[in-house]
Amino acid sequence: MSINRKGIEVSIGAADAVAMADVDVIAAYPITPQTHIVEHLSEIVARGDLDAEFIPVESEHSAMSVCCGASAVGARTFTCTSSQGLALMNEIVFIAPCMRLPIVMILANRSLSGPLSIWNDHSDVMSIRDCGWIQVFTENGQDVFDHVFFAFRVAENPQVSLPVIVNMDGFILTHMIEAIEYWEPEMVRRYLPEFKPVNRLHPDKPVTMGAFGMPNIFTEAKKAQNEALLSSKVEILRAWKEMGDITGRYYKPVESYQADDAETVFLTMGSLSETVSIAVDRLRAQGKAVGQIKLRLWRPFPFEEFRLAVKNVKKIIVLDRALSFGGPGGPVASEIRAALYGEQNMPVVANFVAGLAGRDVTVNDYIAMYEKAEPFAKGKVRQDDYIIYGVRE
Amino acid sequence: MPKKNIEEPTWRELPVGCVISEPGNACRYKTGDWRSMRPVVDKEKCIRCGVCYLFCPDMAIYKNDEGLFVADLYYCKGCGICARECFTGCISMIPEEE
Repeated sequence: MSINRKGIEVSIGAADAVAMADVDVIAAYPITPQTHIVEHLSEIVARGDLDAEFIPVESEHSAMSVCCGASAVGARTFTCTSSQGLALMNEIVFIAPCMRLPIVMILANRSLSGPLSIWNDHSDVMSIRDCGWIQVFTENGQDVFDHVFFAFRVAENPQVSLPVIVNMDGFILTHMIEAIEYWEPEMVRRYLPEFKPVNRLHPDKPVTMGAFGMPNIFTEAKKAQNEALLSSKVEILRAWKEMGDITGRYYKPVESYQADDAETVFLTMGSLSETVSIAVDRLRAQGKAVGQIKLRLWRPFPFEEFRLAVKNVKKIIVLDRALSFGGPGGPVASEIRAALYGEQNMPVVANFVAGLAGRDVTVNDYIAMYEKAEPFAKGKVRQDDYIIYGVRE
Repeated sequence: MPKKNIEEPTWRELPVGCVISEPGNACRYKTGDWRSMRPVVDKEKCIRCGVCYLFCPDMAIYKNDEGLFVADLYYCKGCGICARECFTGCISMIPEEE
């Protein structure tokens, strides 16, 4: 099999992947740093290369509303946003999973204002942590490209029928030119079957979607939604396995680097992971037993895989790219601590909040975090302890 | 599997995405439970014009055997629009007793 590798801006690659997935409806409103993705898609549709409706809505609230309507009639549906755009569509974001609408959204992660900022962190996605979508993080351009197909495949699987968010770091990924191996159309056909919705709005078999739920049914509806998200993991694992069989790239909910004999591991999500792996190499060269755990699947949270990955670890350095104001530091660390609570030989969790709104976090910074966390010992770190790394005092 | 109580399904019995596949079943929903005031028609004053029937937003008013327009209390939410629109003022809104 010949490999079609292109040097291309990751946003353009992502848009090409969406087009190759043969979407039917794209509804999006431009917002930095997501813009290039939807711009490129609008060009593809305007050129006639993709038979799809590109709906240039007047706001993100409308974008997500259009996506719900389109998905409900059985159209393969895509949208894309960032930060304030996500905040504006928030109301509808929570409705899509309860209605089991398999929409795919790329979230080009950007900090939420204020102060007004366009740069990258994870405060946008963490604001919808509990929205009920399947949520994955990507590390580089190839990850993003592959996960477009993965997202449609999982979302539209009738056993799942849930919307999927693919997180990609704004600028650090969206505006970077990387080498991406393009899939052949035949690979896409093999991996991504035709979308056959579980329910659809059609006059031949009328149904009501989005009806209200009285108190005597609401709890059951939420339990059913939660069970659907939890049980989607089986299909997520299958989709990754089958992608690996096609592309040779096997993704996992929790991925490790040099973690087998590590006493201390960094825990990262998204594009930070590649920089951290260099820090791990340098610390290893100094003889330190350091490794790295990368959380790819954020929802449903991979408890089992995560606990297995850290079972021999003494210390976890969790990097958070968002703050929980007045709460226990970073949202990722608080979940990690919760996932470990009550486990035998629970590792110490050191929490660093770093890389807010695009502030650079370099290899040396990670080494400095490692050294700062060295004296942290069992019994001396509490759930609400965290360090905002590099803040000027 | 035996049919369970349709009004109180378990979470497993709910259709995917809580869709309603049976059209027109909103008539099983007793909106009359919401009512705090009940419309009462003074038969002497009523001219049987049906303006209350036309204005009722829930189509809860029907013509009974005597030709009188009255509210079906199974659905009437007690909004009072009929009383407000009635030309003769024959409809009074009476508070529901606890």
